[in-house]
Amino acid sequence: MELLDKLTILADAAKYDAACTSSGVGRAGRGGMGSALPAGCCHSFSADGRCISLLKVLMTNRCRYDCAYCVNRRSNDVPRAAFTPRELCELTMGFYRRNYIEGLFLSSAVLRDPDYTTEQMIAVLTLLREGCGFGGYIHAKAIPGADPLLTHRLGLLCDRLSVNIELPSQRSLALLAPDKTRASILGPMEQIRDGVARSRQELVRYRHAPRFAPAGQSTQMIVGATPETDLQILRLSQGLYRRYQLKRVFYSAYMPVSDSNLLPARQGFRPPLLREHRLYQADWLLRFYHFDAGELLDEDHPHFDPRLDPKCGWALRHPEFFPVEVNRADYEALLRVPGLGVTSARRILAARRAGPLTFEGLKTLGVVLKRARYFLTCSGRCAPGAARLRPEDLFFRLADPLPGQSAGALPGQLSLFPPAI
Amino acid sequence: MSQPVQFLYLYDGSFAGFLTCVFESYARAEEPACFSLFDDPRTALWPERAVETDREKAERVYRSLSRRISPEVQRWVRHGFLTCAPEKERRLYDFIRLAYRAGPAVIRDLTDPRVAPLHTALLHLWKEAHLFQGFVRFSDQGGILCGQISPKNRVLPLLRPHFCARFPRERLLLYDRTHREALLYQPRQWAILPMEDLQLADPSQEELAYRQLWRRFYDTIAIRERENPRCRMTHMPKRYWDDMTEFQTDGAAPGTALART
Ligand code: SF4
Repeated sequence: MELLDKLTILADAAKYDAACTSSGVGRAGRGGMGSALPAGCCHSFSADGRCISLLKVLMTNRCRYDCAYCVNRRSNDVPRAAFTPRELCELTMGFYRRNYIEGLFLSSAVLRDPDYTTEQMIAVLTLLREGCGFGGYIHAKAIPGADPLLTHRLGLLCDRLSVNIELPSQRSLALLAPDKTRASILGPMEQIRDGVARSRQELVRYRHAPRFAPAGQSTQMIVGATPETDLQILRLSQGLYRRYQLKRVFYSAYMPVSDSNLLPARQGFRPPLLREHRLYQADWLLRFYHFDAGELLDEDHPHFDPRLDPKCGWALRHPEFFPVEVNRADYEALLRVPGLGVTSARRILAARRAGPLTFEGLKTLGVVLKRARYFLTCSGRCAPGAARLRPEDLFFRLADPLPGQSAGALPGQLSLFPPAI
Repeated sequence: MSQPVQFLYLYDGSFAGFLTCVFESYARAEEPACFSLFDDPRTALWPERAVETDREKAERVYRSLSRRISPEVQRWVRHGFLTCAPEKERRLYDFIRLAYRAGPAVIRDLTDPRVAPLHTALLHLWKEAHLFQGFVRFSDQGGILCGQISPKNRVLPLLRPHFCARFPRERLLLYDRTHREALLYQPRQWAILPMEDLQLADPSQEELAYRQLWRRFYDTIAIRERENPRCRMTHMPKRYWDDMTEFQTDGAAPGTALART
């Protein structure tokens, strides 16, 4: 088979994996080829608007397993292919030299068994790192069920090593991915966490200690294929961040790839893209804004309102927290204001040392006031037109129109307000 | 205090030249009303002051920015000179004057009209340089990696450390059409030189094959059900596309965009 055809099949099979980031590790060029930037780098954006940073492919899409939600499942009738380690190594180097990519994202279906599959992946990475002196970014997916020794070797060759949690609950996993167990996923996650920690300690003691997945691990779960609520999903993410020190949890709106009656019917199914978007926003609040999953949602409101940014939703439910005074509030309080991000909050802290800030001043600073203006005061003064808005007016000013609808055209809009407002 | 006399400062357009102007204006206790290049044909209202670039004076100013104010202010000035802000010399000059008075804290005063526009221009420069780290495309032309870009700001000095560190064993040529200069690199040596034009030879079979593979990857990796042209455009504005392999058709080498202008 031509290389072009293989690439087509194996990129197509990998495209549903959301992770394409190349962040988390800085490395200068080391005489061979390649370097890594701590903040990562996007080399292009595909037609769906997602960042392309890494050459994202599968080693092979020939799979023994039959996970219902996956295009590569054994029972699916699709063309199959496999790269040889040398082919994939050359392709990566050729792309990297031309600055098409930041590195390689290598995952694989389970060919023969998890050990054999992992060995194939190790062969590619060894060729790259040792044969070509490649210093670019490598993200590899650990194969659940592989010998921990092999997983360890994989981790020594890559920057990020991760395992997909696949689905938000054990029940769904058992139902849809009968060949995988929660344990076979959490086992490697634990191993990676401990491997990263140990390698960090060793590096402190001697500089040339082997580095194990220095950019840490991430994971991904499919949203909308199974009945879990946003609250369940967010709690799971929070638990994963805390227990396994994950760098990222990726959410992937389910794409209808199967007619299995365990999954939403393919006919007329619309991938829950907006829901995915809200989950990413909430995830962001967990990681950078010091929110707790339990603050954003609770048993009475287990789902995000699709029309509202989760932070706006929180703000509307907590009028007692506002207004926040720009010239006195601490960093934490500023971060809770809808529309204020980390950069804006930092700029406010820096700029107000030079003198009290006004709304005009905030604009000069580049702070976007579209939403924030309803929640701030500057030296006790509200923004023009922002004082004394009724909560339901505020709701309309903060809500995003749903696709195909205007913000005002929704029935039952007030039912979302808790009586407190 | 009497109003200092205002002059039109003429210089050679180099950073050292600009710093020499700063030196002269302080030495003569006069204020430049604006700056122009030696060969600028426009006439102005002010008396002219032609300033010959003097490395030593320039270096004194450059060092003092760091020593008397802060390394960060020095960086703002160095990078500020690379931006495409209108009347950037005049703005930089005002900023420098203010910085000598206000000290290192000057860069935090983002509501001051002498600081805010410079800060905006710098953010624009840094963002553009960051994007180009990813968007530059090289072609292998007989063993030399060649690329071309049309940036708004002069990004080559900012891209230089990145690409030289990334490809230490390669030979590189990155051409900036807008400012007609090129970054040249071979192991352990680099230069940024003026260059009028760049004509590339026809690509080899291997080069064509890689381009085709990349285009195929690019087209395949998008999820059709999620197509979102607006989002793509926000992250990667159209003006970058001309020089990117994934938007070119076969046979068209990067750089054929030149023929269109
Ligand atoms: S093991 Fe992986 S590739 Fe194979 S069917 Fe399951 S999810 Fe798909």
